[in-house]
Formats: sequence, structure tokens, C-alpha cells
Amino acid sequence: MLEVRGIHTYYGLSHILFDVSLTVNQGEVVCILGRNGAGKSTLMRSIMGLTPPKQGSIIYQGREVTGLKPHLLARRGMGYVPDDRRVFADLTVGENLEVVARPAAGGRGWDKERVYEFFPPLKDIDGRQAGYLSGGEQQMLTIGRALMTNPSFLLLDEPTEGLAPLVVKMLAQQIGRFKDEGLTVLLAEQNQEVALSLGDRGYIIDNGVIRYQGDIQDLRANQEIRRKYLMV
Amino acid sequence: MDATSHITLASLAQQVLVGLSRTTILFIVSSGLSLILGVLRIPNLSHGSLYMIGAFVTYSAAVFIGGSTGFWLALIIAPAVVALLSLAVERGLLRFLYDREHLMLLLFTFALTLVFGDLVKLIWGSDYRSLTAPPLLQGSFDLAGLPFPRYNLFLLLLGPLVALGLWLLTNKTKIGKLAKAAAVDREMVAAMGINVSWVFAAVFCIGCFLAGLGGALVAPTQNITQGMDHTIIMEAFLIVIIGGLGNMWGALLGALIFGLTDAIGILVWPQFAIVFPYVAVVVVLVFRPKGLLQSTW
Repeated sequence: MLEVRGIHTYYGLSHILFDVSLTVNQGEVVCILGRNGAGKSTLMRSIMGLTPPKQGSIIYQGREVTGLKPHLLARRGMGYVPDDRRVFADLTVGENLEVVARPAAGGRGWDKERVYEFFPPLKDIDGRQAGYLSGGEQQMLTIGRALMTNPSFLLLDEPTEGLAPLVVKMLAQQIGRFKDEGLTVLLAEQNQEVALSLGDRGYIIDNGVIRYQGDIQDLRANQEIRRKYLMV
Repeated sequence: MDATSHITLASLAQQVLVGLSRTTILFIVSSGLSLILGVLRIPNLSHGSLYMIGAFVTYSAAVFIGGSTGFWLALIIAPAVVALLSLAVERGLLRFLYDREHLMLLLFTFALTLVFGDLVKLIWGSDYRSLTAPPLLQGSFDLAGLPFPRYNLFLLLLGPLVALGLWLLTNKTKIGKLAKAAAVDREMVAAMGINVSWVFAAVFCIGCFLAGLGGALVAPTQNITQGMDHTIIMEAFLIVIIGGLGNMWGALLGALIFGLTDAIGILVWPQFAIVFPYVAVVVVLVFRPKGLLQSTW
């Protein structure tokens, strides 16, 4: 599905990602673990074309997409949930979903009704302005919004960050269901428990460098590496 | 005060109505400026030039077609011509500058004012033109003993229609909603598969259409001349600033304040009338430096 080959990404003059490579296969949930500021979000932004890498290449669905504009990547089935819950604050919950709607290539796909079935709390606040939602509601909305574009590959950037434990549990449960929906997911997380319970494989990133990659069972067993790179 | 002794209730009412019809044109022009400012974040200095071009095209179209029909058709043709011109400028030049800093955009739109100014000189020469409204809108009717121009009534009726149209456009259409979203977070809109560049093109075009419409509507009320671009752009920017940058209702409120203080100033102290709206602007900015309504900046 996705192959990132040795990318280097900068913010202005500061070099953030160093020779980062990773692979996500069709149908997998792959986790990126790392501390705050390790480069998780930059990696997500590089893949989505929001902060294109200066070196290296990104292959998506067998085609080179490095430097492609975000809206074109989105139209090729890449869904993006940003880490800072950027809902369209001036629009209502319903409008947030409607304006980005893109019909599925085949099958029923996602529409507003299905997103509301998936996140029932959103249904009751359909007419509320998105700027006034709680953190959990906003997070459900940004995920729902990404689903409305009917992606085949979903980039989830720290979906559980700063949320109450009950909300985290609910979100983790729903994210777990994406697999059954045939969605391929790249999940950046600080919350190890969530990541280790959802992922098939995992990468650990620290200071912009991939330090570890392997099956989630190995990562779960390898306490030493987790202590070294993930403990705050 | 001696100067106010001649004011009667009827003359005040008449002047308020005249002020309100002037407000209509100010609102139409400023709302377009504000729309572009709010969504594209571009302070479009050439907005006044497009207003001037709108007025000149209205004149030429009305004269070319002739008669009442000429005027009514010109009211549609002129804004459309201005919108097409703006689309050409946006697609041909402006869109390559969206990622540049504000100063660059400001300089670019300033350059456009010079180009458009010369374009007008080239096509219409430096003489002024004047256009008369069709017979239906000529003359006055009696308002409590004082004459009230019919054309002003026409403007008064048109203002709310344009406001309603703009409200429907921004709140009920997909392009309007996308524009509201892109105004705050264009990156996120793009990440959802929307080509923000085309959203911007549409919004720019609509904003400039309003400049053209303002120019078309003002054509029968004043001389159509070089220089009318400077006056309106200054007024429009002040209105947008006191109303709140990018806020459409702010543009309406600002235009009301500007138009009414201007009209009442003429009544109260004719020699210094021009000062009143500017004093109002200063007063507003002293108490609300960011404008009366919430700015989208």
C-alpha cells in the first residue's frame, strides 16, 4: 500500500526526519510510536504531502507520489486525521462531514448516516457548531470527516491524545473496527497501550530516526527498547 | 446650535434614506472586498479599480444597446465582465502567489491598480462619462413633503436582496461552506481532497463581481471618471476594518455607519460633511481596535 524510502523532511531550516523508511501493507494496522517531538506528526505530514520531504521517495499504491499535492493524494484514497483536531470550527458537525463527502468507488462506502452509526454521539449534535465541541467529540468528528472521503488508507495522528480514559477506550475500540472494514491504517501514538493493542506491526521513532521495527508481539515483549525510546 | 436649526424631522428622514441607499453601494463593494480578505487573506487593492471598470462597462454597454433595456442588461453585463477579468487575473497570475507573504500580495494588487487604471485610460480616454437611469427610475416621489429620488429607492430595495444572496451563498451552498472552512484552515480542506485553488478562484471571482456590481449601480448617480477607484477603495477598506476583517455582517454594519454619518453630516454641517464618516471610523477603532464584529483574521 505504502512505501516510504529514506525520506528527509525539514521545517524551514530545521531538519526533522533523517532517512526514514517504512512500509505499510494492504490491510495492516501499523503503529508509529515515539515521544512528543520525535517526528511522528512530521512523518504523517510528509506522507500526506503537507510537508513534502526534500529527499527520498514515497510510493503509494505502486506509484511514486513524492511531492504530489495533498488534495490529489486524498483523491487517491488517502485519509488524514491530524493530531491537533482541526475541525472546521465555523461549520456545524453535519456540514463538516458533508462538504468533504466523496462517494466510494464501489460498495456502499461511508456517508453521513454511517458515520453517525459508527460514532453515535455525533448524531445528537449534528447542528452544533464544531468549534464548540468537547475534545472527544472533535476527535470523533475529524475521524468521521476523513471517513467521508472514503479512504482506502488512513493516517491517524495521535487520535487519543489528551482525551479522557473512557473516550480513549471507545475510540480504540472503533479504530480496531477499521480493519474489518478493509481499511489500511497508519497510526501514530504516544499511548503505548492503545498502539500495542491495535497494531499488527510497529515502528519506534526517536529524534527523527527510526530506531526499531518489528511485529507488535516482539515490541510488546521487548521492554528494554520501549523503556529506552518511549519512557518520558 | 445655529447650524442645526433648519433640520426638520422630514429632512432628517429623507437624508437617512439617501444615506441608506449610499450604504447599499458601499456594502456591495465592501462585502466583496471582505469576502476576498476573509477567505483568500488578500488585501485586494485593485478592488476599487474593478469597481471603476464596472462603472465604465455599464456606461458602454448601456449606450451600445440603448434604451431602458440597455441599462438593465448593462447591470448584468458589467459585473459579469469584471468577474471574468478577475478570473483571468486569478488563474493567470494571482494563484501562483498564494504561498507568498502578504507584502507580495499587496504589491501585486497595487500593481493591478496601475494596470487597470491605464487600461481604463486606454479604452475610455480621460474624459468623464455620465449615464442616466431609465425613465422608470428617474425623478422623485414625494416623501412627507420632500422629494426622494426613485433611483435611491431602487438601491434601497436591492441592498437587502444582495445581502440575502450573499448569506445564502456563504451558508447554504457547498462552495460557501468550503470557503468558510478554507478561510480558517486551507491545509485541512486540501487534505480532504478539495482543490483549494479552485475554491479561491470562485471566491475571488464572486468578490470581484460585487465590485463590478457596485460600479454598475453607482454609474447613474455620479460622473464616471478616472479616480473613482481611489475614493471607493479607501472607503471600502475603512468599512471592512471597522466592521471586522472578513466578516460579511461587519461590512454591512461598517457601510451603515459610513453611509449614515456621511448623509447626516451633510445635513448637520455641510462644509465639514466629509469629516463625519472618518470621525466615526476613528471612534469605532478607539473602542474596538479589531472592528465591531468578529474578524476572521
